[in-house]
Amino acid sequence: MAMALFLARHKRKILTAALILALMLAGLCGQLGYLMIFRSEHYSERAKELHERERTIKAARGEIRDRNGTVIAANRTVCTVSVIHSQVSEPEKVIGALCAELGLPQEEVKKKVEKRSSREIIKTNVAKETGDRIRSYGLSGIKVDEDYKRYYPYGSMASKVLGFTGADNQGIIGLEVMYESVLKGTDGTLLTPADARGIELEDAGEERIEPVPGNTLTVSLDVNIQKYAEQAAYQVMEQKGAKAVSIIIMDPRNGEIYAMVNAPEFDLNDPFSLTRDTAPWEAAEEPENAEALAGIGAPETAEALAGQEAQENADGSAEAGVQAALNQMWRNRCINDTYEPGSTFKIITAAAGLEQGAVSLTDRFFCPGFRIVEDRRIRCHKTGGHGSETFLEGAMNSCNPVFIDVGQRLGAEAFYHYFEQFGLLEKTGIDLPGEAATIMHKKENIGLVELATISFGQSFQITPIQLITTASSIINGGNRITPHLGLSISKSDGSSYKKLEYPVRSGIVSKETSASMRYILEQVVAEGSGKKAAVAGFRIGGKTATSEKLPRSLKKYISSFIGFAPADDPQVIALITIDEPVGVYYGGTIAAPVIGDIFKNILPYLEIQFQEGCD
Amino acid sequence: MARAHAQTRTPKVPVRDQTRIQGEAQPKKKRPRRFYDYSLLFTIIFLTVFGLIMIYSSSYYNAQVNGQPPSYYMVRQAQIAFAGFVMMLVISKMNYHFFARFTIPAIVVSYVCMLLVNFTSLGIEVNGKKRWLGTRSLRIQPAELVKVTVILVLAVMITKLGKKINEWRVWGMLAALIGPLALLVTANNLSSGIIIVGIAFVMMFVACKRKWPFVLTAALIAAVILFAEPVALALEQVGILHEYQLERILVWKEPEAYAQDGGFQVLQGLYAIGSGGLLGKGLGQSIQKLSFLPEPQNDMIFAIICEELGLFGAVSVILIFLFMLYRFMVIAGNAPDLFGALLVVGVMAHIAIQVVLNIAVVTNVIPNTGITLPFISYGGTSVLFLMIEMGMVLSVSNQIRLES
Repeated sequence: MAMALFLARHKRKILTAALILALMLAGLCGQLGYLMIFRSEHYSERAKELHERERTIKAARGEIRDRNGTVIAANRTVCTVSVIHSQVSEPEKVIGALCAELGLPQEEVKKKVEKRSSREIIKTNVAKETGDRIRSYGLSGIKVDEDYKRYYPYGSMASKVLGFTGADNQGIIGLEVMYESVLKGTDGTLLTPADARGIELEDAGEERIEPVPGNTLTVSLDVNIQKYAEQAAYQVMEQKGAKAVSIIIMDPRNGEIYAMVNAPEFDLNDPFSLTRDTAPWEAAEEPENAEALAGIGAPETAEALAGQEAQENADGSAEAGVQAALNQMWRNRCINDTYEPGSTFKIITAAAGLEQGAVSLTDRFFCPGFRIVEDRRIRCHKTGGHGSETFLEGAMNSCNPVFIDVGQRLGAEAFYHYFEQFGLLEKTGIDLPGEAATIMHKKENIGLVELATISFGQSFQITPIQLITTASSIINGGNRITPHLGLSISKSDGSSYKKLEYPVRSGIVSKETSASMRYILEQVVAEGSGKKAAVAGFRIGGKTATSEKLPRSLKKYISSFIGFAPADDPQVIALITIDEPVGVYYGGTIAAPVIGDIFKNILPYLEIQFQEGCD
Repeated sequence: MARAHAQTRTPKVPVRDQTRIQGEAQPKKKRPRRFYDYSLLFTIIFLTVFGLIMIYSSSYYNAQVNGQPPSYYMVRQAQIAFAGFVMMLVISKMNYHFFARFTIPAIVVSYVCMLLVNFTSLGIEVNGKKRWLGTRSLRIQPAELVKVTVILVLAVMITKLGKKINEWRVWGMLAALIGPLALLVTANNLSSGIIIVGIAFVMMFVACKRKWPFVLTAALIAAVILFAEPVALALEQVGILHEYQLERILVWKEPEAYAQDGGFQVLQGLYAIGSGGLLGKGLGQSIQKLSFLPEPQNDMIFAIICEELGLFGAVSVILIFLFMLYRFMVIAGNAPDLFGALLVVGVMAHIAIQVVLNIAVVTNVIPNTGITLPFISYGGTSVLFLMIEMGMVLSVSNQIRLES
């Protein structure tokens, strides 16, 4: 057996092996240095992204205030209650407390509490007091986060104008949509380090980016005027059994809207419940249920299945039906819907005729109770006719043949030119969503018959806001104003203020024409068809209308009245439309007194001088 | 001792060598002063205790998540480490030539264990790898035993064979003896297989006169690491590599692209290392250990060291391993005979290769394969056999006679 000697060669090799292994370790130190110095930033950032749990801190939505600073859309603190599974130590107590406080079924809560998830939301929009009570139980694993919810202190007031917000606090209709970017604010974030299972770490510094609350929007509405007008609208709606009543009250000098009523309004704090005539489909569902119940006894499963299917279909259409009904409920008739303005449009015809010089106040006309245009016999509302009358008297009588004549004298070309000049063919540009456009004949299609019907406000459609805006522009000295609600935007802490500007186009009619129109319309109220709008001590101007809805055979009407005061220097203008009144439907009889009543109350409020000698 | 030594002399022991050293050193004294490597002993204690601290730091969170006390892993490791430490002290006081007697039983037990793990129901599968022997609660990794066995067998054989070690025939014989064992280990534990082959490689390199086969092999390995991707694809086609092994290699090249698949662990390790920076987040402050890095107390513990103690801490740990390497080199170089030297060389190779591979995996220099960091990572079998090996090395150091 050969003996191995421990030679110098072996020692040299031991040294070599150790050196090579040491070199490898040194090389790894180099790699570590590369990773921990040069790549450190990259990996730290990636790791931080991985560790941080981002939570949003909701920004408070900006308030909406009326012109006097009264808050009409505010925020209420609500709570979101959720459960963090891994932190729950006493599930029974947690389930018990949540069921008792939130009024939820035990099974539902139990399922959520026992679900293995990093965070399970039990209920949102919980009142602050309830949230505080749940917090006071001191149970681990329950998280109560505060959040903001839109709150409308006046409930249904100006509902279709203000609009409301959805689940994410986003505007859905009205001003809330129009001024979304102003009101919204910027959500903040809370970055909290968390472990791999999403559990937030205690004592680990959190980064907080503060939310920026939305801006405060001041609008031209006046709560007092709005409320009074609403009361008046509901009153007349009830008295006349009307489907709907709309009232717009505006400053004709600058287009600031004091009130915009669309009765029936809906509750802004509960915008998803239908207010009235609760859906016919609910009734329709019941027989389906009865059928399904009957089907249980039947042995043929196919039949039962068919019944089930039918019911599902019914459910589907019911859902669509509910949405359609909600959309209908949310409609702002003042701007979303068009109608045939009828006699109130005679203001425009008269202004165009006067401006063109086609007619003067003293021109004489003769009304036999009808006018024959081409082959048509167009009747006046007074069957016997008004006989001989001046243009002023014709206007006071709201005599159709007089205005047909004025229209014919103007001719289609000139008449259309004035429509354009008055701004009737464009939208008014009001700061509310969904304004409907004017539906007007094409110029080349306006024959004599069309010209005649247009002259007294038929065969085309405009929105109420268009009518009141155009009328304002005619009586205010000829300045086409932009109707609007938004007045100014300011930061929630009042640190900045921005006044909103709206375009004004001057000279759409001459000052003389404007003055003549004011005079004519004052006479209409003083002695003509608008008598019932008169208010003792104030000079009121106005014009009545009774439009027949389409199809004419239904004999449904829209009664309306447009009035302004003081007649010599208009500072307030109001338009009421009563949709489908039952019984007497003449605008002069049912619409004019409503405006008269409103004026009687709001003119002193607006500090408009009581004038001696007016009856 | 000297007398006892003479009595238990076996043919394997190179008597002439010993007497020569003895004669040169202290011919007159009956009980010559003996060396004992206290530096190494202290290093072992330091690394083990440091390991326990890091195990606690990296595992307390997950232990609590699993419903155990925070010190669960640390306490288990400490118990085994203490038992191992006592064993080490006992072994270190024995004459290392005595270990040669265990050569044949060690081989037999190793083979039996590996066969049991691979082919019987006694082998326990954990995380898809059949590496354990015993029951769920009490189990060992026989691969650790195989490592010690290979060191012992090779040291004995090389010493026994003398100059014949340079013959090709003998190489073949050794390969036939150890090869199947290494293959049995590799079947379920590639990294341990690599370490076993690495230990044999270094020991043969020291023992043999020839150099070129070793240089060639080293060059080949370097080339494989450089051109790993195409080589691995080819090997997988031929069916030598398992699919999971190929995947690891692809993941290794681009961990961020495979973040959701296999790259997860490596990437989490890199996040931990990278976010440590120069000075680290401070002991106990790692975030990656909070369930991001799976089982941070195991193979990836070095990443947590990097995150908490920074580049300075990590390099300090490497320096301590380098010092250990230096002590092995000194002991091997001064060993009384070739057998002792080879035992130490084997242990040195084992520790050094394992440290290099572990840190290389954690820093993504080589593909991910489960290798623990000696003395620091959690693992009972590993620390137990490491202590046995340390006992052997200290035993060799204790046979060194000090010159006056």
